[in-house]
Amino acid sequence: MVLKVISANEAVAEAVKLAKPNVIPVYPITPQTTISEHLAKFVADGDIDAEYIKVESEHSAISASVGASSAGVRVFTATSSQGLALMHEILFVAAGLRTPIVLADANRALSAPLSIWNDQQDSIAQRDAGWLQVYVENGQEALDSILLGYKVSENSDVLLPSMVCLDGFILTHTVDPVDVPSQGDVDKFLPPYKPVNFLDPENPASIGSFTDPEYYMEARYAMQEAMEKSKKVIAEANKEFAELFGREYGFVEKYKCEDADTILVAMGSICSTIKEVVDDLRETGEKVGLLRVRVFRPFPEEEIYDALKGASKVGVIDKNISFGVGGVLYNNIKAKMCDIDSYGFILGLGGRDITPSTIKEVVEKTKNPTKDVQWIGLKEEEL
Amino acid sequence: MVSIGAAVKEPGSTVKNKTGSWRTFKPILDKEKCIKCENCILFCPEGCINKEYDIDYDFCKGCGICAEECPVKAIKMERE
Repeated sequence: MVLKVISANEAVAEAVKLAKPNVIPVYPITPQTTISEHLAKFVADGDIDAEYIKVESEHSAISASVGASSAGVRVFTATSSQGLALMHEILFVAAGLRTPIVLADANRALSAPLSIWNDQQDSIAQRDAGWLQVYVENGQEALDSILLGYKVSENSDVLLPSMVCLDGFILTHTVDPVDVPSQGDVDKFLPPYKPVNFLDPENPASIGSFTDPEYYMEARYAMQEAMEKSKKVIAEANKEFAELFGREYGFVEKYKCEDADTILVAMGSICSTIKEVVDDLRETGEKVGLLRVRVFRPFPEEEIYDALKGASKVGVIDKNISFGVGGVLYNNIKAKMCDIDSYGFILGLGGRDITPSTIKEVVEKTKNPTKDVQWIGLKEEEL
Repeated sequence: MVSIGAAVKEPGSTVKNKTGSWRTFKPILDKEKCIKCENCILFCPEGCINKEYDIDYDFCKGCGICAEECPVKAIKMERE
């Protein structure tokens, strides 16, 4: 085992090196920039045998990714915030053309007002594009999720692209020890890419062509079917990954949920803070737990329900807001599990600091609910 | 069954998509009035009029350009 003390962005770059993509079209944007820098260095040094395309925008980055993936090679790209928003149109194309691209998104708030700081609005806003979405808690998981992303996306039952979401700055620019697996082990887990659906001169085809009302719905239905089938593929990939690398990931992570009266649900790096708070409160005798949702698309409703059904109150934390309805994770849970007594909390938008006392406030307000959706950490004097 | 990613794997498949169903107005040519100037053949954006001045209603979308360009008003647009 080689433990390297690196940032999550560097962990992503290390994972990409191990996955051996052939084409890397990227456009730098804070806080993703160091991913593109590390990858540029790896390509320049000959550590990755790939075409590194310096594109003129994120729209071009994802377009070049779709083109390269359609030509039948493994592709990686990365972006953040405004960049992901600029990709919006082509994210749907990538999924619709069934190109198994893997994209790392350094989660950052969306303008306006302009902010470079962390929340999860950017990737949450792209949840309907047909991409698998994973929200990671630390650098190790960022690295592992890139490898898992290729494994799942390239499966012929799935063929949908994967988005690995890591919190900007909180993960992208902080370092922690990361086990960087050996190339030999990764090659066993992730053999060379064998495309099943690509532009092959031996079997000519047109892709992205105009589709009449007679065929469009079937193509979209096939994507929904693939999203459903991906659940089994993800479970199998997680199992194989655990056997090879000793780290086991699920759709969700249950932290002291079994006997918990109050359970918080959240995604990403905030979960490390919540685990600390859960430990603190457990010491004082409060039966509190955390359910970390790791895979957001496909939405693991069975796993979530299974974890929450025993709790008397559930607080769902969103670092995003769908204006007029509340946090998206909360609304997904509420829609799928109306018998769970759950409440939504909006916090940490645009990098607003989330401290253990913020989480304790959420726990208190979950136990004594007054409103369906509440904003936490607002400065009263600025309202 | 629609192929993965709705890829079109068979060449020339647009002929299967008969766009005549889009038509609201149908061009009717009066061959008695026709002076065989070929304007309609040249102007038809879909190539739906042949050298015998027969209109292919399987693909004619009823745009009416032929009727507009006919110098002797030999083409009438009739509601379907």
